[in-house]
Amino acid sequence: MTGFLLSAAGFILLTVATGLVRILRGPGDCDRMMAAQLLGTGATAALLLVASATGAPGAVDVALGLALLAAFASVAFVNSAAPPEQNLNNEAGVE
Amino acid sequence: MTVVNALDIGLAALVLALAAWTVAAREAFAAAVGYVAYGLLLSLVWVRLFAVDVALTEAAIGSGVTGVLLIRAAARLRGATPALDEPLAPPLRFLAGVLCAMVAGALAATVLLMPDPAPTLAPQAVGNLPSTGLGNAVTAVLISYRAFDTMLEKVVLVLAVVGVWSLAPDACWGGSPGAPRPARPEAALAFLAQVLPPLGIVVGIHIFWVGADEPGGAFQGGAILAAMWMITMMAGLTEAPPVSSTRLRLVLVSGPAVFLAIGLAGVVIAGGFLAYPSGSAKPLILFIEAFMTLTIAATLPMLVAGPPEQPPQP
Amino acid sequence: MSAALDLLTIVAILAGLFFFLAGTVGLLRFPDPLSRLHALTKADNLGLGLIVVGLLPRAGGLLGVLKLVAVWFLVLLASATVAQLIAGAIRRKGSST
Repeated sequence: MTGFLLSAAGFILLTVATGLVRILRGPGDCDRMMAAQLLGTGATAALLLVASATGAPGAVDVALGLALLAAFASVAFVNSAAPPEQNLNNEAGVE
Repeated sequence: MTVVNALDIGLAALVLALAAWTVAAREAFAAAVGYVAYGLLLSLVWVRLFAVDVALTEAAIGSGVTGVLLIRAAARLRGATPALDEPLAPPLRFLAGVLCAMVAGALAATVLLMPDPAPTLAPQAVGNLPSTGLGNAVTAVLISYRAFDTMLEKVVLVLAVVGVWSLAPDACWGGSPGAPRPARPEAALAFLAQVLPPLGIVVGIHIFWVGADEPGGAFQGGAILAAMWMITMMAGLTEAPPVSSTRLRLVLVSGPAVFLAIGLAGVVIAGGFLAYPSGSAKPLILFIEAFMTLTIAATLPMLVAGPPEQPPQP
Repeated sequence: MSAALDLLTIVAILAGLFFFLAGTVGLLRFPDPLSRLHALTKADNLGLGLIVVGLLPRAGGLLGVLKLVAVWFLVLLASATVAQLIAGAIRRKGSST
């Protein structure tokens, strides 16, 4: 069973790593962000599988941390890509 | 070759390839996203090396704080002066390349020439655990054996905040850090920022608390708490407190201050700076760690928020 | 009983792997950003969910089960939000050009 779980983790890493081609090629920033998001989910899944296979204590907590923060990079990206509109709103509110 | 070996070799190859690509990437934003992905894989590598404490730190800092910081910086630099894109003069580039190669070569030589088995203090670190009352050797190293280093690290964090704040224009001094709050928070983001913190605070405190006996601790727990404060600010639900706020400043210095006070008390009670009286080491360590968690949870969001950009409200 | 649970683990994880593969293929092959987003934020969450289901019998104790389910819930929450946000970003970009 351990071998099966580790092979599954390896397979997931392989697939999401293929998805990284989108970070390389883009074309847009959104595509790059999506590939990073996919890698985040994949790394979480691989971590759970490795944790279950090797029984490393605390490894599930690492997955929990990754899951908690999974949205952060994308939120920062959308926030910094969007400001023009928000500023307009603000100026309208001030006047 | 067993499955574990294949997985480890594949993981290492993937991390190296991603690192090489991130360094070579021409566009800052692509490199920042590549670096975030690299951090995700790195936390997997640390788990495979059974360094779960480091994996937790990498997960919390890499995808929370530095990820946000770098992506914002990359987006901001996009409209910056083109002078940044000018290539370096060839001799300077050559010199930089030589210096980098020397650092990499020295590191590689150190690793390759290491005696086998490598010298280690691990048995001593584990052997002295009973005197600290802790179960996690990493926490014991950080808070007991090398307490001085850890205390100074927290001082460095506070100095970093002072450094960031000192970039504020005179007119904005005393205002809130970061950009003004959007008039209308985006609904989906506001929902996330309302659901996530209750869970994140539980997980953060859990990771701080189990740090005494299992992987975890003040820095990892504090970083997760910090991320929860950051998400409410990023969603526009809360605004950072003004830098002139006394409460904020008290929280920022509480960690190092409590650490220093207990360290000085050790001179009188336990016969040495940062020495803990035997028997009460563990409660004292947890007390210090609780304040350090608080300081870290406040410092990291302040570092990400940046200097004040709006004048103080009357 | 344990053989049946092992079978559940294997079947659920294999199904999970299939959805991860599907998500990646979608991300690489779909023609425009919105369809890629569509493929990505659904398939890999289902994949993670199935893997969590597969690992539940091996979780060992209530806390382990809770943690696994929490991981899935958090990733679902993150993906759903990110899908909304990135879709908004794509739309704004499309309308501005």
